Amino acid sequence: MRYSAFSIVRNALSGNLNWKPQWRQPQPKSHYDVIIVGGGGHGLSTAYYLAKEFGVKNVAVLEKGYLGSGNVGRNTTIVRSNYMLPGNESFYEFSMKLWEGLEQDLNYNVMLSQRGVIMLYHSDAQRDAYVRRGNTMWMEGVSAELIEREQLKKMIPFLNYDHARYPILGGLLQRRAGTARHDAVAWGYARGADQHGVDIIEHCEVTGIRRENGVVTGVETSKGFIGCGKLALAAAGNSSRVGEMADLKLPLESHVLQAFVTEGLKPCIDHVIVYGGGHFYISQSDKGGLVFGAEIDGYSSYAQRGNLATAEHVMEEGVSMIPGLSRVRVLRAWGGVMDMSMDGSPIIDRTSIDNLYLNCGWCYGGFKATPASGYCFAHLIARNDTHPVARALRLDRFARGYAVDEAGAGPQPNLH
Amino acid sequence: MASLITCPHCGVRPKEEFAIRGDASLIRPAPTASDEAWHDYVYVRANPRGRTLEHWHHVAGCRRFLVVERDTVTHEVYSAVDGVVAAREAQR
Ligand SMILES: Cc1cc2nc3c(=O)[nH]c(=O)nc-3n(C[C@H](O)[C@H](O)[C@H](O)COP(=O)(O)OP(=O)(O)OC[C@H]3O[C@@H](n4cnc5c(N)ncnc54)[C@H](O)[C@@H]3O)c2cc1C
Ligand SMILES: [Zn+2]
Repeated sequence: MRYSAFSIVRNALSGNLNWKPQWRQPQPKSHYDVIIVGGGGHGLSTAYYLAKEFGVKNVAVLEKGYLGSGNVGRNTTIVRSNYMLPGNESFYEFSMKLWEGLEQDLNYNVMLSQRGVIMLYHSDAQRDAYVRRGNTMWMEGVSAELIEREQLKKMIPFLNYDHARYPILGGLLQRRAGTARHDAVAWGYARGADQHGVDIIEHCEVTGIRRENGVVTGVETSKGFIGCGKLALAAAGNSSRVGEMADLKLPLESHVLQAFVTEGLKPCIDHVIVYGGGHFYISQSDKGGLVFGAEIDGYSSYAQRGNLATAEHVMEEGVSMIPGLSRVRVLRAWGGVMDMSMDGSPIIDRTSIDNLYLNCGWCYGGFKATPASGYCFAHLIARNDTHPVARALRLDRFARGYAVDEAGAGPQPNLH
Repeated sequence: MASLITCPHCGVRPKEEFAIRGDASLIRPAPTASDEAWHDYVYVRANPRGRTLEHWHHVAGCRRFLVVERDTVTHEVYSAVDGVVAAREAQR
């Protein structure tokens, strides 16, 4: 399916009845070289890069719901590479670079908007921490700018600069960061993978992993048994459940994160603004709604809905940063189940089973990683070799004492 | 999550008074236990879908650690007992 201004006019004239689906709805074959469990952003991008970059085309993506029903369609769409730790920063910057070429690569408008992400600081100590973070970003070749209070007031006049407890003293800005249309990312990768011959099979739940002589031979699914040469897990919030089918013991807890969107407003928030006194962050979608969220609810959960107390807390943080927010009406709230890892960083690795590969631990930050995660996972699956930027993200890092703990919170998933 | 939790010491209280520490089914290994046993204790989680045991700290009440049994899908809370009582019952 191709799109143009002309196709919009033509289809409008025929009552929009003749649009073609963007990807096929194939029946599963009896065997694939690679099966990917999970049709979220990461499963789809893995399939796309496997087929396009690594020449592995006999691939299926099995998704238990409809495509995009998981976190890829629930996140707040922020993409950035302003991490501090070496193992993380090179990975997320690799992702940022892939984002910058993604629309050309997929020939699909993912509405990448590099509007800048600014993280506010409220104390001298926090300023020092952000200077340090900015400098470590520069060391990885990623630009970062410290914006002092007076300059910030011109950029973003409506913030609560003189808050008694959390006065706003400035911020760390990554100009290349921003947002992307999450659904379009899933659809773009799905269409691209499909065009390269990948079978995307929706409403196909994996219920068991069949093994013989210590290797995976295929998966039991709601559509019957499907054999495979290699099995790749990309089930995000359900990783522990899918991993359990192959007796994997994972360093994960599933937690719920909520997000909110308001009624549509005229353009008013030009950047992604991140509060430094809490986790609150906000941006404005192209439709005009203010999209925001903050911390996870704090207890492990497999329910895609959150608690009122957390919703109230998020609103309070938002209003303390932008008092004018109190006048805006919230339209919708929702939750997603996230695979919180024990150090807050992701896992892309092989497992104790030779032909079983693992991609999980994305916490609340895996949307921005979608391109790099897929690329590195595909690299690993195709070549049995870790991609250089994913070296720090191995599963055995906990046992070896090399946790990548960006928040410095220790092995306590609800604190990352 | 259930909105009201029955603390064995304080009675029925709003759940916002509690801080959740995490999995209470883990058993701390002996100091001399193997690295693998410690790795599993510190990092590996069963992460069940359904019934789970958790340590909850009654921060705004008695400040005791409780063991709460609840469901990670329905958020129903089945029971809350004092941590010491739970440990004694499990003969730890
Ligand atoms: C509210 C919220 C806000 C967020 N905001 C951001 C943000 O601003 N920036 C950012 O970078 N990240 C953000 N994230 C995190 C990001 O959305 C996730 O880390 C990322 O989407 C996870 O990867 P995925 O897209 O592959 O996951 P998913 O889309 O969840 O894909 C996993 C898929 O696996 C499927 N599956 C599970 N079990 C099975 C099975 N047994 N058989 C078949 N299929 C199965 C699921 O149905 C699901 O579709 C946010 C998350 C949430 C919930
Ligand atoms: Zn109490």
